[in-house]
Amino acid sequence: MIPAAFEYKRATSAAEAISLVSQYGSDAKFLAGGHSLLPLMKLRLAQPAMLIDIGRVKDLSYIKDAGSHLAIGALTRHMDVETSKVVHEHAPLLAKAASHVGDSQVRHRGTIGGSIAHADPASDLPATTLALGATYIVQGPKGQREIAASNFYKGFLESDLAADEMLVEIRVPKMQGAGWSFQKFNRRAQDWAIVGVAAWHRKGEAGVALVNMGSTPILATSVANAIAKGASISDAAALASNEADPQSDLNASSDYRKHLASVLVRRALEAASK
Amino acid sequence: MTITENKPTSVIGTRLLRREDPPLLTGEAKFTNDLNIPGALHLSVLRSPYAHAKIKSIDVSAALKIAGVIAIYTGKDLQSSWASPMPCAWPVTADMKNPAHYPLAIDKVNYVGDGVAAILATNEVASRDALDAIDVQYEPLKAVVDLEDSLSDKNVIHTELGTNKSYTWPLLVEETPGCVEEAFKKAKYKVKERYVQQRLIPMAMEPRAIVAVPQPFGGDITLYSSTQIPHILKVMTALTLGIPEQQVRVVAPSVGGGFGSKLDVYAEELLCMALSRKHNAPVRWVEERSENTQATIQGRGQIQHVELAADENGKITAVRVRIVGDMGAYLQLVTPGVPLLGAFLYAGVYDIPKAYDFECTSVFTNLTPTDAYRGAGRPEATYAIEMAMEALARAMKIDSFELRKRNYIKKEQFPYVAFSGLTYDSGDHLLAAEKAAKMTDLAGVRAQQKKQNVPGATKLLGLGMSSYFEMCGLAPSRVLASLNYSAGGWEAATVRVLPTNKVQVITGTSPHGQGHETSWAMIAAEKLGVAPEDVDVLHSDTAISALGLDTYGSRSLPVGGVAIALACDKVIEKAKTIAAHQLECATEDLQFANGTFSVKGSPDRALPLAAIAFGAFTAHNLPEGCEPNLEAQVSYDPPNFSWPFGTHMCVVEVDTETGAVEILKYIAVDDCGNQINPLIVEGQVHGGVVQGIAQALFEEAVYDEDGNLKSSNLAEYLVPAACDVPSITTGHTITPSPTNQLGVKGIGEAGTIGAAPTVISAIIDALSGLGVTTMAMPASPQTVWKTIQAATSGGKK
Ligand SMILES: Cc1cc2nc3c(=O)[nH]c(=O)nc-3n(C[C@H](O)[C@H](O)[C@H](O)COP(=O)(O)OP(=O)(O)OC[C@H]3O[C@@H](n4cnc5c(N)ncnc54)[C@H](O)[C@@H]3O)c2cc1C
Repeated sequence: MIPAAFEYKRATSAAEAISLVSQYGSDAKFLAGGHSLLPLMKLRLAQPAMLIDIGRVKDLSYIKDAGSHLAIGALTRHMDVETSKVVHEHAPLLAKAASHVGDSQVRHRGTIGGSIAHADPASDLPATTLALGATYIVQGPKGQREIAASNFYKGFLESDLAADEMLVEIRVPKMQGAGWSFQKFNRRAQDWAIVGVAAWHRKGEAGVALVNMGSTPILATSVANAIAKGASISDAAALASNEADPQSDLNASSDYRKHLASVLVRRALEAASK
Repeated sequence: MTITENKPTSVIGTRLLRREDPPLLTGEAKFTNDLNIPGALHLSVLRSPYAHAKIKSIDVSAALKIAGVIAIYTGKDLQSSWASPMPCAWPVTADMKNPAHYPLAIDKVNYVGDGVAAILATNEVASRDALDAIDVQYEPLKAVVDLEDSLSDKNVIHTELGTNKSYTWPLLVEETPGCVEEAFKKAKYKVKERYVQQRLIPMAMEPRAIVAVPQPFGGDITLYSSTQIPHILKVMTALTLGIPEQQVRVVAPSVGGGFGSKLDVYAEELLCMALSRKHNAPVRWVEERSENTQATIQGRGQIQHVELAADENGKITAVRVRIVGDMGAYLQLVTPGVPLLGAFLYAGVYDIPKAYDFECTSVFTNLTPTDAYRGAGRPEATYAIEMAMEALARAMKIDSFELRKRNYIKKEQFPYVAFSGLTYDSGDHLLAAEKAAKMTDLAGVRAQQKKQNVPGATKLLGLGMSSYFEMCGLAPSRVLASLNYSAGGWEAATVRVLPTNKVQVITGTSPHGQGHETSWAMIAAEKLGVAPEDVDVLHSDTAISALGLDTYGSRSLPVGGVAIALACDKVIEKAKTIAAHQLECATEDLQFANGTFSVKGSPDRALPLAAIAFGAFTAHNLPEGCEPNLEAQVSYDPPNFSWPFGTHMCVVEVDTETGAVEILKYIAVDDCGNQINPLIVEGQVHGGVVQGIAQALFEEAVYDEDGNLKSSNLAEYLVPAACDVPSITTGHTITPSPTNQLGVKGIGEAGTIGAAPTVISAIIDALSGLGVTTMAMPASPQTVWKTIQAATSGGKK
């Protein structure tokens, strides 16, 4: 559990972090909560030559009510999202999902930005922000740009972020009282989901995204479309895997995952429409 | 001297908090890797990525250039360092095949994790970096992973042996020749079942860690190791390295769990010792978690074929068992003996005639060696008989509890001489089972089940049970001899009353989580009439505790604890002669209670132990021929195993849509005879039950067809956490053992033995309406779901 040698610099602002990363190029990695990156480094599966620690960039840890949406700084810890009153009021699905991330140590260190930037299809927050139609704000040497969550995830641990760009804010539309449910199916409470479902439902309208059902978080558009066309919940749920292409692993074959997805989507929509 | 006040002496049976816990919980406890030994070199072991391959070449030149790297050794380089191959202490048959096994592989690697090279560096970063810089060329060979494939000898792993079979060990007990066959012919009911005991990784929270410290002059060497067996390790490392035994001292500092995985002599211990002598410097090694999953022994790994014959009432008339045991790539310390520890238990807690036909064939595979893991052989046996009883009850269409009642050995039959000739010391199976049923609210659960398990329901309720016997308290040395085990089963204890009436207990047991310091102090306190906090317990250092056989097989209390009681008796005997001398009476006229000797009938003529202890120390006024000091030593060889027993029940709910299993209720009624400290007993049961549930629902060392371990870290090998297991309700009955003065039996492994069949039988019970009759372990949601699919699509609709 000893990582390969690396250098370490601590940034105090987003601008400094971006100028550092531009200097060191693709050998550099941002270090946020470290809860995805450091395990990979300890196993020597990741060997960045330079770590730019953004964990103490204070001005990127916030949750703001911005009218139609919530603005959440990328460095906000899972625990802060989980316990925030504003999030509970306007995006309770996100608070719930955050409460399902790992264990309490993980939630105190890991950040929402790190979770999204890492683009792990098995993580809870990428799919949840996808279901909620979030927008990500990224900042690079040339300034900021907005990326819709639905355009962000490109492949397994791959996103639209360039090497010199940093995720700075997550904008989550307010849920406006929609019903919601977060279903996480796993064998041990603190594990990543075997299959997870983030869903909301409001009078003939729904948003559903799937955790660990492909190489990226999956937006289950067939389900949402079916609901919009007035299909019953169980008929819509049967389409859960239309956009998915899940892998097989020790816990679940691809087929079993698809079966689970339809059961969990049905349960999620039932709970969300209560 | 004045008489001190009488202390009440009912320490035994109280829920004294463990004295071990404050240092463990505050981080004060020192584990091996906490020892700061200046100048220590760091060892890293390069391990084979192949399960089976020839080593073509090893190029260490680049690695040697890394700053801090001192030396790198291959198996060939060290060949002359070993006086003998690594030890296997249990040659179960005269013709057992045992391949030579050295700390580093020489020409060929036989499992993923087999050591290939040893790196010594001034720091652990350099030794870790060097691992990546060594270039080994392998010629991969076909890996033998499957037990039945191994049996076929299509690919022989150790070609020098000519076969993959290590041994076949039969136990045929027949009243009259051929009576087993006869019983099966005549049987009204028969069942024939096949069970797979998946491989498990013991996964002690503290991985192994070692520091070998040579003395600069004279050749003495101290081995600090995270081990369960400092005494055995001393003998075995001395023999394997050819070092005179008196020059070896072994210390086990705080040890963070073992479960059998630290009951072994490991390559790294020998490497640290050999290299520390070569370099005349301390050498340390600490295992990484993913190394632990590959290079520390694993448990279980058996295929079991079990047949029961029964008459029209369900009375069992014969038992036939065939086992294939997975030894892994090599035989470790007691690898071949593990199936034998279960061999006598395939009739479980039932009264059967002499019609028992057991045979175990053990084979090599290209996988990590197996060895003892909590329960060792006995959970496997109990699982098989209990699941077969469930199958028999299904065949007879009667309740399995009813079937058990018809077969339990009855209370009045104890001590019970079993078919095997072993004597079961004491028991009352029906009492424990009925208590469990009451605590479970069996009738209530059955009623609820009728209501809930209706056609179309997706949450099905199931009730499971198992009754077990644990043959433990290893062990009468003569019985071990009859099983070809190379050592004895006694335990040693020294009890010393210091001049100030404080007590030292020196034990040969080697605790690693069991709370011996607390329990042993309680035994001595009770016997000597002192406060438990006045008793210090010394252990796990061969320089302090010279004699001992360490901790495993639920032996520490029924053997080691009893030895302490006997040593206390000896101390009291000696003190009595001194008291008689000083009180000017005959020893027969004295009684000893609450720490004071008094003359029967005249209680004011009395002397407290404190006065005698001081008197024995000054030696001013001792009887003729009496040696100074109050001290006694005992080596105790138990006359019998101890036979704890009990019944576990649980209630599960199975989600048929996902296959998820939730344990709603878990009841464990265990009988370990008298309990020294009920708090510790419950702790042992809780931990054991969780490990049994883990086997039933969570854990499996999964290998692919090339022998790669797929579940090689704690994200993939699913050790359940507290939130993943139900709260466990413990109850007990107390049937003291008649074979020792404390009336105690072991409890360390009971939970593990009872739990797996309890949980699996509950799942099958829940799904019985869907036609499910078998369930593989671990019963993961996917396995459960697929089993339901197969049952419902294959058959009746
Ligand atoms: C034991 C354990 C259990 C866990 N269980 C779960 C779980 O159940 N569900 C779940 O969703 N997650 C789980 N996680 C992951 C956890 O949520 C991580 O915290 C999260 O995935 C990554 O966030 P981080 O801040 O730790 O990122 P880091 O590990 O610091 O970084 C991850 C990656 O993102 C990059 N990065 C980080 N921040 C930014 C940024 N602002 N802009 C651009 N790039 C950035 C880094 O360079 C790195 O490549 C678990 C982790 C552990 C250790």
